[in-house]
Amino acid sequence: MNAPVHHQTLVTPEKPKALAAGQFKVTARDVDVFYGDKHAIRKLSIDIPDRAVSAFIGPSGCGKSTFLRCINRMNDTIPTCRVTGDIKVDKNDIYDPKIDVVQLRAKVGMVFQKPNPFPKSIYENVAYGPRIHGLAASKTELDEIVEKSLRKAGLWEEVKDRLQHPGTGLSGGQQQRLCIARAIAVNPEVILMDEPCSALDPIATARIEELIDELRQNYCIVIVTHSMQQAARVSQLTAFFHLGTLVEYGDTDEMFTAPQEKRTQDYITGRFG
Amino acid sequence: MFVWTVLLIVLMAAIAYWAGRTRAAGLVTAGGPRLHSLPSYHGLFTAAGAMIGGLALAIAGALAFGGQSVATPVAAVVGAGIGAAPLYAKSSLDFRARNNFERIVLVLLICCSGVAILTTIGIVFSVLFETLVFFRSVSPIEFLFGTHWSPTGTPPSFGLIPLLAGTLLITVIAILVAGPLGLLSAIYMAEYASPHLRSVLKPILEILAGIPTVVLGFFAALTVAPLIRGSGEAMGFSVASESALAAGLVMGMMIVPLISSLSDDIINAVPQSLRDGSYAMGATKSETIKKVVLPAALPGIVSAFMLAISRAVGETMIVVMAAGLAANLTANPLAAVTTITVQIATLLVGDQEFDSPKTLSAFALGFVLFFFTLVLNYIALRIVQKYREQYD
Ligand SMILES: Nc1ncnc2c1ncn2[C@@H]1O[C@H](COP(=O)(O)OP(=O)(O)OP(=O)(O)O)[C@@H](O)[C@H]1O
Ligand SMILES: [Mg+2]
Repeated sequence: MNAPVHHQTLVTPEKPKALAAGQFKVTARDVDVFYGDKHAIRKLSIDIPDRAVSAFIGPSGCGKSTFLRCINRMNDTIPTCRVTGDIKVDKNDIYDPKIDVVQLRAKVGMVFQKPNPFPKSIYENVAYGPRIHGLAASKTELDEIVEKSLRKAGLWEEVKDRLQHPGTGLSGGQQQRLCIARAIAVNPEVILMDEPCSALDPIATARIEELIDELRQNYCIVIVTHSMQQAARVSQLTAFFHLGTLVEYGDTDEMFTAPQEKRTQDYITGRFG
Repeated sequence: MFVWTVLLIVLMAAIAYWAGRTRAAGLVTAGGPRLHSLPSYHGLFTAAGAMIGGLALAIAGALAFGGQSVATPVAAVVGAGIGAAPLYAKSSLDFRARNNFERIVLVLLICCSGVAILTTIGIVFSVLFETLVFFRSVSPIEFLFGTHWSPTGTPPSFGLIPLLAGTLLITVIAILVAGPLGLLSAIYMAEYASPHLRSVLKPILEILAGIPTVVLGFFAALTVAPLIRGSGEAMGFSVASESALAAGLVMGMMIVPLISSLSDDIINAVPQSLRDGSYAMGATKSETIKKVVLPAALPGIVSAFMLAISRAVGETMIVVMAAGLAANLTANPLAAVTTITVQIATLLVGDQEFDSPKTLSAFALGFVLFFFTLVLNYIALRIVQKYREQYD
C-alpha cells in the first residue's frame, strides 16, 4: 500500500559471506518502540537472514532486548509498551491484528538471560510446548520429540536417566540447555537468545556456543551479547545498537576488523560503553 | 509504688546510658587510638546493666517487703546502681561494648521466645491434665466413639462423634464456599486485574476479614438462616431454623479473604520469568496460569487452605448463633448441628462446679480441637517444606 520510501537508517549487510541464498527471515522497517513516554527504539530497519547467527551488540540500555522482544511480540506482556512500524517474519506482518501470537511464538522461540526452567520434571519441561500445541499424537511420539530436542540441545546423555527429576535441580548451564531444548521442541524457525550465557561459567558458555553453532544449520538465530569475543566466535553477522538506533549491521569479520562507522569502532575498541 | 518503681528503673537506665556514653567519649584523645565501639554502645551496655540490676532487686524487694512498701522503689534504684557500676567501670578504649551489648540483646530474644514456648507448653499440659481427670469419670472409649452427646442429661453422656461430625460438616460447607470463591478471585486479582483495580479490590476483600465474627454470627442467624429456611421450604425441603448450611455459608464468607489474600500474594510471588518462559513457548494466558503458575504456587495455596480450615474449625461465634446447640448426628446440611467450639462455650457459661464431668469435658473437647488444628498445621507445614525449593 505504501510506495517504497527511502529508509534513512536501513542497513543491509553488504554481501555478507554467510548469506547463502539471499533470503531474509525477519525484516523490520521503521520500527519505533515506546515504554510510556520513553522512546526506546528509533526508526529501526533491519533484514535478518535465515540459517545464520546474528549477534546484537551495544552498550547497556541501547534497546537490544527491546527489539529482540519485538520479534516474538513478548513486549505485549508489558502494558506500557507500544510498537509501531512493521516487522515481518517470512513476509508476514507479525503485528497484523489477524496474526495469532500463539502461532507466532511457536515459530519464533526465545531463550532468556537467566535460565527459567518450569518447576516440573525435565521431561515435562521439554514436553510443555508440544503438549500445548498438540504436536504429538501419542505418548511415544512425545517421548521421541523430547529425546530429539534434548539431543539437539546436547543434554540427552546427561539427563536420560533422570528425566523425571525436577528441571530446577540441574546446574545453571544444564538448565540453560534445557531451556534451549524446550524452545526447539516446538520446531521453531527463529530462535531469539537474550544474553543466554551471562549467568554461566566459561565451560558452560563454551557448550552453549558450540550448540548455537550446530543449530545454525537449521534455524535463524539472533543472540544478544555483551561479549565481543562471543559475538566474534558464534555469529556470522553483527548488529551494533546505540541509543535506540541500529548503527551498523554487517558481516561479523568485517565489523570487527573494519567497521564502517566511527561509533562502532569506538565501542569495539572499548572507547565507550 | 509500682509506677514509681518502673519510672525509677527507666530513669536509672537513662542516667546509666548517659554516664557510660560520656565516659567512653571522654576516653578518646585527639590523635590517639580510636574506641573499639562507638560511645553509644558503651552507654547501652551500662544501661542494660542498670535495667537488669534494677529489675532484679525490685522484684526481690517486692517479695520481701510487699509491693506497696517504699522499699521496692528504693531497692530498684540500688539494684540499678549495683548493676550499672561494674559495667561502667569496664569501659576502656578497647573494651568490646558493641559485641557485649549484642550478646545481651541475644539473651533477651531467647528469653522472649522462651516465654512464648513455655506458655504454649503450659497451656497444653494443663488442658491435658484436666482431660486426664475427666477420663477418670468417663472412659476415653465412650468419649471418642460415643454417638450421643448430652452433658446435662440424666445420666449425662459424653459422645464426641456428633460434635465432630457437626464441626466437619460446617467446615466442609465453609471450604466448599470459600475455596473456589477465594482462589478464583485471587487468580483474577493476581493475573487479570489491572494494578489499579487490584489496589482497590484487595483492601475491600480484606475489610471482610475485619468484620468481627459476632457480627457475622448474627448476620448468619438473623438474615441468612431465615433466607435459607424460606427458600428451602418454598422448594419443599424441611429446614431447621438454625441450620449447618447457614453457619457454613457465613463461615465460608469469613474465610474467603483469608484464602484470596494469601493466595494472591503467593501467586504474585511466582517469578515473572516462569510466565515469560511459558508465553514465549506460545502458551496463552490461561494455559500459563493452569500449567505453570498454579502448580508453582500450589504448596502455598494448600497451606492457605489449611490455615483457613483451622480458622473454620476453631470458629465459635458464628456457629453458636447460627448452627444451634442440638447435637444431632447427621450429614444433612439443612438440619441443626453443633460443634466442638459451641459446646465448649456453652459448657463454661454460667455457674460451674469445677470438678464435675460436665465442666471437665470442656477440657477434653479443647484437647481434641487442639489436636485437630495441630495436625492440620503440621500437614500444611510438611506440604510447604516438600515443595518449597521448587522455583528460583
Ligand atoms: N519494561 C520497561 N519499562 C520502561 N522502560 C523500559 C522497560 N524495559 C526497558 N526499558 C527502557 O528501554 C531502554 C532499552 O532497554 P533494553 O532492555 O532494551 O536495553 P538493552 O540494550 O537490552 O540493555 P542491556 O544490555 O542492559 O540488557 C532502556 O532505556 C530501558 O530503561
Ligand atoms: Mg537486555
